[in-house]
Amino acid sequence: MTFENLKLYLTGIAAMVAPPAPPVIEGAEPAPTPAPVPQIAETDHAKRGTDLEVTVPADKVAVASHIMDNAGYVLEAITGVDWLAENQFEVVYDYTLWASGQRVAVRARIPRDNPVLPTVSAIYPGANWHERETHDFFGIQFEGHPDLTPLLLPEDATFHPLRKDFGT
Amino acid sequence: MSIEAQTIHRETFVLNLGPQHPATHGVLRVKLTMDGEYIEDAEPVIGYGHRMHEKMGENRTYAKYLPNMGRLDYVAALFNSHGYVCAVERLAGITVPERAEHIRVITAELNRLASHLLWAGAFLIDLGGFTPLLYTFDDREHILDLLESVTGARLTFCYYRFGGVGNDIDDNFIVGTRAFITRLRSRMPMYHALITKNIIFRKRCEGIGPISAETCRKYGASGPVVRGAGISYDVRKNEPYSIYSRFNFNVPVYHEADCMARYKVRMDEIIESMRIIEQALDQLPSGPVMAEKVPKMLKPPKGDCYFNVESARGVFGVRLVSDGTDKAYRAKLRSPCFSNMSLFRECSQGMLLADALALLGSLDLVIPDMDR
Repeated sequence: MTFENLKLYLTGIAAMVAPPAPPVIEGAEPAPTPAPVPQIAETDHAKRGTDLEVTVPADKVAVASHIMDNAGYVLEAITGVDWLAENQFEVVYDYTLWASGQRVAVRARIPRDNPVLPTVSAIYPGANWHERETHDFFGIQFEGHPDLTPLLLPEDATFHPLRKDFGT
Repeated sequence: MSIEAQTIHRETFVLNLGPQHPATHGVLRVKLTMDGEYIEDAEPVIGYGHRMHEKMGENRTYAKYLPNMGRLDYVAALFNSHGYVCAVERLAGITVPERAEHIRVITAELNRLASHLLWAGAFLIDLGGFTPLLYTFDDREHILDLLESVTGARLTFCYYRFGGVGNDIDDNFIVGTRAFITRLRSRMPMYHALITKNIIFRKRCEGIGPISAETCRKYGASGPVVRGAGISYDVRKNEPYSIYSRFNFNVPVYHEADCMARYKVRMDEIIESMRIIEQALDQLPSGPVMAEKVPKMLKPPKGDCYFNVESARGVFGVRLVSDGTDKAYRAKLRSPCFSNMSLFRECSQGMLLADALALLGSLDLVIPDMDR
């Protein structure tokens, strides 16, 4: 699968976002509301460390993983980020292709009060531990994960230390 | 009673490997379900060395987080620093002077030598051979002396800074490094005679603990583990960072995918690292070792970035998210040992316990790096 094809596949599942509304000019006819565009962009590897960034809806994470698997990519890391002010969690999946060194970051946002994502551990068994770790630190539930017991935290841990409101 | 009439009573038992065991190289527990001498299931129980470094990254300024990097993978601590300072530099748009880049490469590759030498000794201890450790530690001691003279530390280095390195290297260091490389090169035939050609070692390693290329890909393994599985993947080549693209070196690859292949990859990497150090010393320019105008209180602009380096164990990655303040909003540390260890459960199934210990040793685990 070429990089262009991969981009097409990912564009198909990317989350849609409305571009900023055009400025209202007095007297002129109000401009039509712009159509939503998929959240996918090629990035400068030297500045961001990734070649492609795509945001997908939460329920498309496993589909994205399947696409990346078919393209021969490696799942290198899963990173959670707590956006407390926006009441959201962001989860970043970092994929890399060994042959070319190309990197793709797949992002998903989920509400903090119902943090559920589908698991990708059936596609990438290596995701098992990454997801368990993300569950440890953020309390994000990965639906379909075989075992979400604490991995790095103590076995009876009920806290999630990387939440921004932890300990406050 | 005939033999046919006897019902064979078969049961498994649970055996705890660790948390404290010479072959686990740290506080690692593996819950083994054994069928006699054979492993039915091996569940790694990790987290004994967990210190929540990622939270510390959010609680202290970028510069104050630097010493933490020496405490992740303490056998090859400079690689963690390298990944972290490069990530911050990428985020803040800092350019590093030429001399500092060369010094970073020289010291990092010295650290790789030290790490591989320590691994060779420790791996042989896992397999029951004590002698090689005494020789590899002798060589490693020279590296630690060299690194101590320039970084001030022997293990938990905190030497790289945002925009350069802490101290300039002097002639003593350069002369000492060249002398050391000559010495180590002359000792490689001795290592091969002592270890590589040893029949017991070969019987314990050849064909033992295969990890296929596809397993590596599915588990996100990296470093000598994938190069021992026939994949030519090295961040220094495939995604060059720092000034590695200027040096002439090979990526050793072996296709056998067994413990022996991973051993050979590391031994060849010792040769390649020495080549890189020599070239870096030859090309070493004069000039400053710190970028000018790096603010004391660094506040990178809002945004995020990812940076990877080829550590002695594989891909060490840092994903930084900045919200424009003096502390990182999120500092994710991607540890090579974490991913390399996660494939152990699948690969050790059906192995003899003694062979599984060889497999565990060949993964070159540093537990504090895995647990973070």
